[in-house]
Amino acid sequence: MSRRHQNFRNYRQEQRLTQQRVLAAVVFVLLMAIVLMARLFYLQVIEHDLYQTKANDNRVMLVTEPPPRGLIYDRNGLVLADNRPIHSLTVIPERVESFPKLKQMLSGIIDISDDEWEDFDERRKEYRRPYQSLTLKSQLTDEEWAKVSVDLYKLDGVQVEAQLTRYYPYGEAFAHAVGYVGRITTKDLETVDKLAYQGALFIGKTGVEGFYEKTLFGEAGLSKVEVNARGRIMSELERQNPTPGKDLHLYLDARLQQYAYDLLGDYTGSVVAIDPTTGGILALVSKPGYDPNLFVRGISVNDYATLRQSKKLPLFNRALRGGYPPASTIKPFMGLAGLEYGFSSWTERYFAKGYYQINPNGRRYRDWKRTGHGWINLERSIIESVDTYYYQLANKMGITPIHNFLTRFGFGQTNLLDLNGESGGLLPSNEWKKAKYKEPWYPGDSVNVGIGQGFMVATPVQIASATSALASKGHYFYPRMTQLVGDEPAEFADGLGDEHDIVLKDQRNWDRMIDAMRKVVTDPHGTARRLQGTDYEIAGKTGTGQVFSLQEDQEYDADALEKRLHDHALFIGFAPARNPKISVFAIFENGGSSSKPADLTKALFDAYLHDDYPARYDYLKGDKND
Amino acid sequence: MTDSFYRRALSFTNARLWQLVHIDVLLMGSLLLLIGGGLFILYSASGQDVAMVERQVFRLVIGLLICVALAQLPPKYMRRASPALFIFITVLLVGVLLFGVGAKGAQRWLALPGGLRFQPSEIMKIVMPMMIAWYFSDRQLPPNFKQILAVLGLIVLPVLMIAKQPDLGTALLVAVSGIFVLFLAGLGWRYILGAAALAPIAGYALWQFMHDYQRQRVLTFLNPESDPLGSGWNIIQSKTAIGSGGLYGKGFLQGTQAQLDFLPESHTDFIIAVLAEEFGMLGCGVLILAYLLVIARGLYIAAYAEDNYARLLAGSLTLTFFVYMFVNIGMVSGILPVVGVPLPLVSYGGTSIITIMATFGILMSIQTHKRAR
Repeated sequence: MSRRHQNFRNYRQEQRLTQQRVLAAVVFVLLMAIVLMARLFYLQVIEHDLYQTKANDNRVMLVTEPPPRGLIYDRNGLVLADNRPIHSLTVIPERVESFPKLKQMLSGIIDISDDEWEDFDERRKEYRRPYQSLTLKSQLTDEEWAKVSVDLYKLDGVQVEAQLTRYYPYGEAFAHAVGYVGRITTKDLETVDKLAYQGALFIGKTGVEGFYEKTLFGEAGLSKVEVNARGRIMSELERQNPTPGKDLHLYLDARLQQYAYDLLGDYTGSVVAIDPTTGGILALVSKPGYDPNLFVRGISVNDYATLRQSKKLPLFNRALRGGYPPASTIKPFMGLAGLEYGFSSWTERYFAKGYYQINPNGRRYRDWKRTGHGWINLERSIIESVDTYYYQLANKMGITPIHNFLTRFGFGQTNLLDLNGESGGLLPSNEWKKAKYKEPWYPGDSVNVGIGQGFMVATPVQIASATSALASKGHYFYPRMTQLVGDEPAEFADGLGDEHDIVLKDQRNWDRMIDAMRKVVTDPHGTARRLQGTDYEIAGKTGTGQVFSLQEDQEYDADALEKRLHDHALFIGFAPARNPKISVFAIFENGGSSSKPADLTKALFDAYLHDDYPARYDYLKGDKND
Repeated sequence: MTDSFYRRALSFTNARLWQLVHIDVLLMGSLLLLIGGGLFILYSASGQDVAMVERQVFRLVIGLLICVALAQLPPKYMRRASPALFIFITVLLVGVLLFGVGAKGAQRWLALPGGLRFQPSEIMKIVMPMMIAWYFSDRQLPPNFKQILAVLGLIVLPVLMIAKQPDLGTALLVAVSGIFVLFLAGLGWRYILGAAALAPIAGYALWQFMHDYQRQRVLTFLNPESDPLGSGWNIIQSKTAIGSGGLYGKGFLQGTQAQLDFLPESHTDFIIAVLAEEFGMLGCGVLILAYLLVIARGLYIAAYAEDNYARLLAGSLTLTFFVYMFVNIGMVSGILPVVGVPLPLVSYGGTSIITIMATFGILMSIQTHKRAR
């Protein structure tokens, strides 16, 4: 300190100056402290609710637990779609240090294919909840399970998880009826509650599995969990247990289904059996089928290609979507139409030549019998399946009455109450032809429709349900698969599940027509006389559907034709004729003669009505003794 | 007589005994209150990591030892050493720029033999006010214009070097510690108002000088929601923690933001958010009150210190300590940009605890070495 300055300095004043400044600082500090407290007040009191919500949104997450899927039973309590515990190798990616290392370690323990790794890597990159396990290999064998379990302690993030998978014990004969579940795709998620399906392994795709997805799925369990910033679950806050899916009890009779499938032999084709008293579908066969179990955990590319490329179209549901000419099986309905509109009567006689002509010099529409049937009436036209009778009848009626009448039996529309993917077939009309071909309806078009050919196309389910309507004398139920949902009778929208009556102007015509169909079997000239010798009465009608058109005078020579060009063989029938318990439609594609579907139908009647199946079907008996 | 000796020895109010060991009881008491509360919060903020709390206690003990040791040193020695210290640390800062080590693109440390590291800028927080106070110690107050310019020159050089490391938070605190001396020395109000008017221009100049990541911090501060998962995450989560705490908090160890790791840096820079979440506005009020107690005692010591050097140094160190706290709480609560300033004596971490405890050692020395009047 320099002495020179000291003389001029007023230390007290300097001290006072600094003290004043300290006082100013105190004021500054207090003001700033108030600013901080004001800020805290703003955040913690005024905006508290907002931040409280934000904090809860941060920490609370909803996690779903998939419910056990409802089972599907046949009418006798046999399980057609089961849940089976499996063990899968799953990985929590967040816990894995290095995937190449894991891959190497696992390769020494069990076989994991490149496909499985690729699939796993792909799913790993998709968005998912952190710390959620991903399946690496599903359905471990007991041996694999044992091997992995021994080394599990060395494999961070790897675990063996027990899961329920879907299992179809009876395979391909049931595939088109019961359907299958498959892996959930992004498209599936557009139609369902995403949250509910989080953690679910599969979703119903086709058949009953597809239609009743919601019912079978049940309600997913929801738990509110607390997660940390990395998404790891720390604790469970609230829990709502899953509600298991409801079981379905079908009308289907497993033995009848399998028997019908087997009876088709090597032919492709379809069989649909309906109980006319309920509309319940007893058998819904489309052959060939496929193993639905292939689809449950994702079908391999190879398996799928094989199914897709097979010429027999195993994935095609013929029963629901197969478009066939109903051929002569349409005749009973056509006859009833003629009666309804006064174009025919039971007594009126008709001389059946070997062909029919609209105009004297016009095209000859040939009868299946070259020599003709001579003098016949409506009843005999059914018994002997006289084509020319229906040519002239259809020509007289024209398409509009035919269209209107057949519509009442469900032709040209979908009828199944509880299966998706049914095709409506084609019941042609004036308007339809105008729209489609920009051409008027010609009389020749009617003539072809008269014997169920030409433009007309129907599905097996359609023909079967029309047959069922006929069997019940118009006291009709829409066809359906499901009897009980849980313990309750299945319910359908708009009362569609209820019976409704098709009322004819003369209700006696039902009995007369059924009688005529009975005589198709009993009459010495009946086209199904081979079915004689049963202790119950069968009413039926044969049919052979042309796969390609013969030229006018060309002879149909089965031997010379490739099998794929052979006529389709069809049969409709119900029994017992006066009190029907079962009605059947059967088609053998390219089966040639209708004896094949007729024999099949009789075999089904024998078995069903007497509960007398070949012993080899005992495994499908179910445990319900009714 | 023995009885009376013990009573006197044990009594905290026995001023003479504490005078003897150069400890200011009121300052030490309020510091211990703050430290104790801080450890309590740290236990929760660290996820009940006892080992971490133990390491913090170890640092605090070292800090307290340094505090007590410095308190034994009379202020006049400090004054005499000030210019040499200032030059020494400034040289070290040059060294940091040339040979410094660090992380994340910042060079802040000098490597010492034995794997130790040393951060000269941290020491500058104390040495800067010492230097300026020394400058004014033999000059008449208030300072004239020439002196003001000289002092600003002394401040600017080290501050620029620290900012260049880059360490904006420390640079600002060092600058502030020097400016506070100027203010306490009686810097004319017209200068202060003039500087306030020039602040926007200075701000622009500063912006030009900033690194990208520093600019990013400022931008994030202005609008944290612009990048909620990136640089805005910290501030959004800390505001959520504070706001959700409400008036009384969620309870000790019950803060979901802190305990479930939503709050980043919860045991270091953002520790106040843990307190705010678990003890609410009430808890924060108590903590701020504890700080104000320390600051009040510090300003009292400054006001009644023996000479200009002691007054200016004590006042500046105390106010810098306040700025420390204010900047930290301000940034965590979203009224200041995130500049990486820890909450003094409460945040987990080494260097700042040592320098801050050294600060209070100097304050105690100033208070306890006064000649009896």
